Amino acid sequence: MNISVLAVDDSRTMRDMITLALTSEGFDVELAEDGEHGLEVLDGIAPDVIITDINMPRLDGFGFIDAVRARDDTKTTPILVLTTESSADLKTRARDAGATGWIVKPFAQDKLVRALRMVTG
Amino acid sequence: MSDPMQEIMASFFVECEELHEALIDALQTMADGEHDNETINVAFRAVHSIKGGAGAFGLEDLVGFSHQFETVMDACRSGELAISDELVQLFLRCGDMLSDLIRCSRDGEPCDTAASNALITELSAFAGAEEAGGEPEEAVDFQPMTLSFDDLDDAPSGGDGLPDLPPLDPLPPEATTEEATPSGSALIVNFKPEPELYESGNEPLFLLRSLADLGHCDIKLNFTAPDNLSDLDKLGVRLGWQVAVETESPPSAIDEIFEFATGLCQLDVSAPESEATANTANEDAPEPVAEISEVQPPAPLAPELPTQLTESTPAKPAPAAAPAPAAAAPAATKTTAKVSPTVRVDLERIERLVNLVGELVINQAMLSQSIAEESIPPNSPVAAGLDEFMQLTRNIQESVMMIRAQPVKSLFQRMSRIVREASAAVDKSVRLVTEGETTEIDKTAIECLADPLTHMIRNAVDHGLEPTETRIANGKSRQGEIRLAAAHRSGRVVIEVSDDGGGINREKVHSIARKKGLVPEDASLTDGEIDQLLFLPGFSTADEVSALSGRGVGMDVVKTQITSLGGRIAIESTPGVGTKFSISLPLTLAVLDGMVVTVAGETLVVPLNSIVETLSLTESDLRPVGPNQVVLCVREKFVPVLDLGKELGYRDALSIEKGAIALLISPEEGALVAMLVDTIEDQRQVVIKGMQESYGRVRGVAAATILGDGKIALILDASDIAQSASGVKFDTARKEAS
Repeated sequence: MNISVLAVDDSRTMRDMITLALTSEGFDVELAEDGEHGLEVLDGIAPDVIITDINMPRLDGFGFIDAVRARDDTKTTPILVLTTESSADLKTRARDAGATGWIVKPFAQDKLVRALRMVTG
Repeated sequence: MSDPMQEIMASFFVECEELHEALIDALQTMADGEHDNETINVAFRAVHSIKGGAGAFGLEDLVGFSHQFETVMDACRSGELAISDELVQLFLRCGDMLSDLIRCSRDGEPCDTAASNALITELSAFAGAEEAGGEPEEAVDFQPMTLSFDDLDDAPSGGDGLPDLPPLDPLPPEATTEEATPSGSALIVNFKPEPELYESGNEPLFLLRSLADLGHCDIKLNFTAPDNLSDLDKLGVRLGWQVAVETESPPSAIDEIFEFATGLCQLDVSAPESEATANTANEDAPEPVAEISEVQPPAPLAPELPTQLTESTPAKPAPAAAPAPAAAAPAATKTTAKVSPTVRVDLERIERLVNLVGELVINQAMLSQSIAEESIPPNSPVAAGLDEFMQLTRNIQESVMMIRAQPVKSLFQRMSRIVREASAAVDKSVRLVTEGETTEIDKTAIECLADPLTHMIRNAVDHGLEPTETRIANGKSRQGEIRLAAAHRSGRVVIEVSDDGGGINREKVHSIARKKGLVPEDASLTDGEIDQLLFLPGFSTADEVSALSGRGVGMDVVKTQITSLGGRIAIESTPGVGTKFSISLPLTLAVLDGMVVTVAGETLVVPLNSIVETLSLTESDLRPVGPNQVVLCVREKFVPVLDLGKELGYRDALSIEKGAIALLISPEEGALVAMLVDTIEDQRQVVIKGMQESYGRVRGVAAATILGDGKIALILDASDIAQSASGVKFDTARKEAS
C-alpha cells in the first residue's frame, strides 16, 4: 500500500516539486496551501506522514504542527518540516512544536524519500 | 514524460511574477506608512518563496540576492531592525532588482551582477549598522542543493518501504572527508529513547529498521523492570537497545538515521577500534532478542506504555504502541489531487476558444439572416428558439471574453517602478496613487498599454510636475502626486493618468507648434485645440527633452498605440492644478462596433470609434477648389474629401454629387477628413479576424470579419487611409506589403 503524504506549502513551485518527487516514488500526495488549509484537509483524510513549510500565510508551520499534535487522530503522525533555514534554532523551534524531523530546502529527492520512509517505517 | 522539471520551472516563473506583485504591494503599503507585522510578513514570504524555488533550480544569482534581501527583511520582522522610509525605499529598489533577476533567470540572460551586488552591499550596510558588528558569515549558511531527477526511472518504488529502501548514501555532503569503516566491521549503537522521542512522532522501531538496512544487526533489548507494579510510571520509558551493526557505512550513516532523534534519546555510537571493547560491551549486554534484519515491533514488550494518551497529560510522552500507519489506513485509497482553486490554461487554448466563439457568433448571425429571409412569423417556435440562441451566444461570448480579462494591477505595479526611476532621475519627490486596480481588461490590451503608459508616466513626472522649488513657491506640497486610475464606464474601460502639476503651458505649446510649422502662424486656437497639438507627429517640446522622457517617442506614438487598441485618448488640463489624460478602451479586442458600408459593390466595415459623424451631402456643403477638387464645408470648416472606392483601388475617382454619403473621420485630433461611401448598411458588432499573420500588415486594412450572410468584409483602418491618401499612395503601399 502506498504511503500517503500531506504536503503543506504556500509555494506552488514547491508543491509541484514535492508532488513530482514523491508520486514518481509511489507515494500518494495530498496538498494544502497553508496551515489552515492543511487542517481542513486533515478533516477528510489521515495521511501517513505530513510535510510542512514554516513561512506560510494564515497559519504558519509552527502553528500548524501545534494544531496537528492537539488532534487525537494525528497526535502521533510523523511531521517533517521543510525549511530553507538550516539553523539549529529553527530545528529546536520545530521540534518544540512537535515536529518529527526536518528537510532542508531545496531538498534532494532521495533524501526526502529516505526521510519519509524512515519516519513511516 | 515531457520534462516535468521544465514544466515546474515555467510555472515557477509564473509564480515568481505573482509573488513579486505581492511583494511590491506590501512594500507600497509600507511606503505609505503601514508597518504592521502581516504586511512585512507578506513581503518576507514572497522573497522567501522566490528564494526557495530559485534554489531548487540552481538559480544562484537569484538565490544569493533574495537571501540577502530576505535576511534584512527578517530582521525587520523580528524587530531587530527599525523600518525607516529610507529602508522601505531600498526594499522597493531591491524589489525592482528582484524582478530583473527573475526575468534574466527566466530568459537565461546574464544578470547585472554589479547592480545587484551594489544593492546587496546597501542591504548589508543596513543590517550591519543596526546589529553593531554585523554578521559577515551571513551569506554562507544557505547552500543550494539542486534536485536531481536523473535517476527517476530506475529508482525503486516499493510502497512497503523496508525491503526496497535504497542503500543509504555512504557519504553525505558534510561527511566527505570521513573514512569509511573497514569492511565487515561492526558499529555498536546504544540507543535509549527519552519520552520526548515518542512525543515528536518518531518511532524506535523504524529507527531500528533503518539500522538493519545498513547491514546485519545483532539487537539486544535493555529492559529495566520496575521492582513493584505500583512503581510503574505509565509514561516512563524502560526500553533501550544495543545494536551491533555489521556495515561498511561510516558512523555518519548512523548519525543520519538518528538525525531527527538527536536530543530525544540517549545515543552512543562506538566504532570498534578494538575488538575487545565491543566484546566487553557484548558480555554485559542481555541476550539477543532478535538476530535478524526484520525487527519485531517493540509494542508487546512494553506493557507499561499506554496505548492512548489521556486528555490530562497532553504534554507527556506519546506511546509507540499506536504506530502511525494504523491510523492512516483509511487514507490509503486517496489519489493525488491538486488543491488550487484556479486552473492554469495555455493562452493558446483560450485563443482557440475565442476563435470558436467568434465562429459561433458569425454562424448565429448567418442563421438569423436566413431565417429572416424565410419570413417566418415572429411568434413561431423557430423564431423564439432563435432568440434564445442569440441570447445564449451573447452570454457565451461575454463569458469567454472574461477569461481573457485580467486586473490592471500588474500593469499599475510596473508603473510604480517607472515613477520611482523617473522621479529619481529628475530629482523630484513623487507619489503614485493608484485606483481601481481590480478593473479587468483584455490581457492583450494590458500588454499593449505598458509602453504608452510608461511614456505618459515619464512625461507626467518630467514635464507635468513642476520642480520642487516651484511647487513650494506656489504653496503646493513638496511631493508631487501622480494618479493612475482605472474604471469601467458605459461598456468601456477608462484609464486616467493625472498629475497635480502646473498644467499644460499652452502658450509654449502653441509657439512651438507655430515654429515647427504644425499650425499656421496666424491661427487662433482654443485651449482644447492647443492641447491636441501634443498629439501631432513631430511635436516635441524640444528644449525640454531630457534623458528621461525624450526617448524619441512622442505623444503621437502614444495616441497611435491607443488607437490601434480601438481606444481614444483625451486631455484635460487646468493651469496650476494639473493635467489629466484619459484613455478609453473597448472591453474586448475580439469584437468591435462597426459601421457596415458598401463601396463599389464591396462590403466594408469602418470601426465606429473612428467615425466622428455621418453626413448626407447637400449642394451647399460642397465647395469646388479646383478643376476636379472639392472640399466639404462642415460648420464653417473646410474638410478634404476622399473617395473610399478610389483610395482602395476599386474604381477611378468619382464625381462628388449632392446626396452622396460621407463618413467624417478624424485621423488625428483636430483634423477631419470626409470619406465617401455608396451606402450605409448597418451598425453592428463584428468579430475581428486578424489578417496580419497571413498577409502581413496591409495599409488601410485593420482586419477582416465574416458577416451574417457569410461574406467576408475588410475592417478598415480609416485613419491610416486618410493619412496615406495625403502622403503615400495606397497602391504602392499595398504592393510593398505583399
